[in-house]
Amino acid sequence: MPEHSFLKTVFGRLTFESFPIHEPILLTTFIVVVVLGLGIVAALTYFRLWGYLWKEWFTSVDHKRIGIMYVILGIVMLLRGFADALMMRAQQAVAFGPNEGYLPSHHYDQIFTAHGTIMIFFVAIPLVAGLINFVMPLQIGARDVAFPFLNNLSFWLTVSGAGLVMMSLFVGEFARTGWLSYAPLAGLEYSPDTGVDYYLWSLQIAGIGTTLSAINLVATIIKMRAPGMTMMKMPVFCWTALCSQVLAIAIFPVLTAAFFLLILDRYLGTHFFTNDMGGSPMMYWNMVWIWGHPEVYVLVLPAFGIYSEITSTFTGKRLFGYSSMVYATVVITILSYIVWLHHFFTMGAGASVNSFFGIATMVISIPTGAKIFNWLFTMYRGRIIYELPMMWVVAFMLTFVVGGMTGVLLAVPPADFVLHNSLFLVAHFHNVIIGGVVFALLAGITYWFPKAFGFKLDPFWGGVSFWGWVVGYWVAWTPIYVVGLMGVTRRLSHIDDATLQPYFVVAAVGALIILVGILGTVMSIVMGIVRRKQLRDVTGDPWNGRTLEWSTSSPPPAYNFAFTPVVHDLDAWYDMKSRGYQRPMEGYRPIHMPRNTGSGLYLSALALVFGFAMIWYMWWLAALASLGLLTVAIGHTFNYNRDYFIPADNVARTEAQRARPTVAGD
Amino acid sequence: MTAQATNAAEGARTYHLAEGEDHDHAGGNGATLLGFWIYLMSDALIFAALFATFGVLNSSYAGGPVPRELFELPLVALNTALLLTSSITFGFGMLEMEAGRVSGTRSWLLVTALFGAAFLGVEIYEFSSLIAEGATPQRSAFLSAFFTLVGTHGMHVFFGLIWIGTLLVQIGQRGLGLENKRRLMCLSMFWHFLDIIWIGVFTFVYLFGVLR
Repeated sequence: MPEHSFLKTVFGRLTFESFPIHEPILLTTFIVVVVLGLGIVAALTYFRLWGYLWKEWFTSVDHKRIGIMYVILGIVMLLRGFADALMMRAQQAVAFGPNEGYLPSHHYDQIFTAHGTIMIFFVAIPLVAGLINFVMPLQIGARDVAFPFLNNLSFWLTVSGAGLVMMSLFVGEFARTGWLSYAPLAGLEYSPDTGVDYYLWSLQIAGIGTTLSAINLVATIIKMRAPGMTMMKMPVFCWTALCSQVLAIAIFPVLTAAFFLLILDRYLGTHFFTNDMGGSPMMYWNMVWIWGHPEVYVLVLPAFGIYSEITSTFTGKRLFGYSSMVYATVVITILSYIVWLHHFFTMGAGASVNSFFGIATMVISIPTGAKIFNWLFTMYRGRIIYELPMMWVVAFMLTFVVGGMTGVLLAVPPADFVLHNSLFLVAHFHNVIIGGVVFALLAGITYWFPKAFGFKLDPFWGGVSFWGWVVGYWVAWTPIYVVGLMGVTRRLSHIDDATLQPYFVVAAVGALIILVGILGTVMSIVMGIVRRKQLRDVTGDPWNGRTLEWSTSSPPPAYNFAFTPVVHDLDAWYDMKSRGYQRPMEGYRPIHMPRNTGSGLYLSALALVFGFAMIWYMWWLAALASLGLLTVAIGHTFNYNRDYFIPADNVARTEAQRARPTVAGD
Repeated sequence: MTAQATNAAEGARTYHLAEGEDHDHAGGNGATLLGFWIYLMSDALIFAALFATFGVLNSSYAGGPVPRELFELPLVALNTALLLTSSITFGFGMLEMEAGRVSGTRSWLLVTALFGAAFLGVEIYEFSSLIAEGATPQRSAFLSAFFTLVGTHGMHVFFGLIWIGTLLVQIGQRGLGLENKRRLMCLSMFWHFLDIIWIGVFTFVYLFGVLR
């Protein structure tokens, strides 16, 4: 049939059956998404916001705006990932004995895969990248990052990756292989449909963005610190950002290589991770975990930095043991690279290998423990102000320590043979990721929001968010720890033993309490915007901060600082305030700034098309898209007009608009 | 009172640069070269992963051909010579750039590109004759790893050629300004980096392969 093969050439394996119109849950989701999407598009058109968004945000190379866009992406994807979590909890709360639950296992498997993939790659990574992007250049007294265009490109590549994952909901299906898509299950033989391809291409595209962003941030920290800011006078958050991004550069290429080889296996029929012809599936496990374990520290190190900044600000003290904090961060960075094998002690590498990785894993708890003591000693005899960010710190310390201890327990190889693949493990990593990373991100958003927008988040709804998350976490995950210790394995869509049901019902209730927390987070932003007049901060320094970002106005001007700051001490802004620093009101000079560009967005859109074409075997479209990528990338290098000067008059006008000069001791 | 006294004593401390805007931002030379170095290190890690993969799979022949039957060392020696020479010619180009001579720089870049293209040509010939013999990437895990490692290096050379072509045009249009010099320095690092990777490939894939 020539017509049939023509359609196949054009659309690859995309057919009408690829659209899941027969699945009521997906159809409803699709209709809701379309209605919401059309509503947003209509509103933007009605209020004529497209031009503004394009000029001021989408094409912006301003690190602050890119940081904010990263955070918005992270929050949107959090809602998607959490919807997956609620569906899993609902299924596990009812699917006992004769009741099969409401989700067929085919669908359930996609949900747990999507949940894990989204929460790590498109929630945690964008939120961490967003906060570092926004805060770090301000803290080191820079005007932007080292490579502003690259920053914009990194962001949009991450969006393209997220877009592919979202597309898999409505066109074809997502992987059913777990969030790391282990071979050989993820090979073509066992997963012939589009799921794993969606997974691979979306993470390849987003992963390139993350690598480029990490290179950018490291170069920024090393090269662009304000005069006088030696490495050991750098705010702790910048240190943790540096270590985390160095680690990201050290691991993401390995993940890229592993996915590349799996792609070759699936598309060209090579034999890297197949069972036959000499392939080695365990090599895939090794490679993804060489990325996977340090990745946890890529996320949690900046989280530690956020806790450090907040503790020091809200106790009114210099951080206890600054240099030990720095060394602990560096030690964790190095150690985290040599523990990956603890994810598969049961592989059978032998007692010596397992002992090495088990001991290395346990050793990490020493520098981490030192950090906990540093925060406690900072609080000791400090004037602690229990504003919301500080409450998150306390909740973190109480929650995270438990997660750390169950981690040490799992690091003991004999214990791991019992607990491997159990819900105990699942509870452990949710304990450290929620209690460590998510709490920090929510604390950091609350802490730096007034810097970004000039008003605080609504404190009542912030409180709802806090209590919902903290109480919800414990209610949801304590029963999972218990059943995991009893031996229930992970990723089950149905459990025979009905006596276990009460635990899962409690866990589902906990998830609902977390839902209240998430709604509180969203509401604290919405009500913050509504009540922005009452919550306004005109000083630029609402929390009596200690680092340089608080020395400029809120929101900071495009150029961040009218004059490049000079640093004499750790906690530079505290030093300036305590010595009666007066903001200079004249003598402004023109400021050299990078120009906006749309190239990043075009490249990322082409990458999205390329990914989609590869997933559906539309070879002609893939070829066109890669040609387009090359053309736009080369075309971009022919643009030599990349910077401009903000005239001194404009700087003077902007600075005069600040409500009042920031004078210490006022 | 006391605070004021302290202020007077510390009057010498300045907290901002009143003049002399620092120019090391938004892609200043130092940051770009450092950034490019870091990028090269990340690329080196991709190659490290591919080398490790090759190391794990290099005797998984699955009953297929073994290196001794496949590799023709004279051909590989020719290829190695071509690529190493291209590094030297690039070095001559950089000397011309330092001297500010546009046409000299462009000529040496062109020579480099010719050597690079010849290298790729030999590699394509080698690959196609292997495939014609039935030693395809699908034949065994060893051959998968071989084609992927060597081919990834080849793809890098290919993109290096596109980059050289782009810079030839840009230097022709704008001469040796600050930006073009910076780009040449990055490309130079990239090209020498590919040389180093090739020495690894030559040693561990071909020489050790034939010894086995």
